[in-house]
Amino acid sequence: MEQTKKKQVLVACGAGVATSTVVNGAIEEMAKEHKIKVDLVQIKISEVGSYVDTADLLVTTAMTKKEYPFPVINARAFLTGIGKEDTKQQILDELKK
Amino acid sequence: MTKLFFDESVILMEVNGETKEAVLEEMGNNLIQKGLVKDSFVKAVIAREKEFATGLPTAGVAVAIPHTDVEHVNTKTISVGILKKPVAFGIMGEEEETVNVELVFMLAMDETHSQLALLQKLMEIFQNEETLKYLMKETDATRIKETIEQQIDFTTL
Repeated sequence: MEQTKKKQVLVACGAGVATSTVVNGAIEEMAKEHKIKVDLVQIKISEVGSYVDTADLLVTTAMTKKEYPFPVINARAFLTGIGKEDTKQQILDELKK
Repeated sequence: MTKLFFDESVILMEVNGETKEAVLEEMGNNLIQKGLVKDSFVKAVIAREKEFATGLPTAGVAVAIPHTDVEHVNTKTISVGILKKPVAFGIMGEEEETVNVELVFMLAMDETHSQLALLQKLMEIFQNEETLKYLMKETDATRIKETIEQQIDFTTL
């Protein structure tokens, strides 16, 4: 089935430098593997506010207390390997919605 | 892109600090003395750790990957600290939970988006219980250097 709209996925960490780079790479790979087109945006967690109107999902290694109009998935599993398959599935489920 | 600096002098075999701040100071000051980072690095890395914790519970030995913005860095490096005693670090992405960290990889990165391969390989170490346990046991800095070099394979970066 053809996707109607490319999903915008925010990938955020504290600095937008280290851990979001790893998570970004992992999601990119995953999307390719499942032939899903996705608009990945790597940012600092403090920049999420600018994307509330456009984003479909936030995947982050940083803690966030704020409420957003889109789901938030914790991405620590991509760094430690613990629970990685679960996290991947969660992201995949959101992308396929 | 500058070449990554990595030798025995950034591998600290006995980090004495008993708080995360003391550990970050000890490791950061070593990098300042070597001119790899600017004087502002220690303060920045401590502040960043407070705001965005970097402790990671792993299958073997808990690690932390403190880092901060590129502007505090002169030369890209990874400093490895083996803690004498486990020290509580906040867990990445959690509000209050902490983890007793025994191994610290302090990242001094000089570019924002270009270190994917390096970081991916570093994370592979965290997912390898055997390597983590070996790093804790090993008493020879040169062997630690060689092990990490092998795992990260600097020649491909």
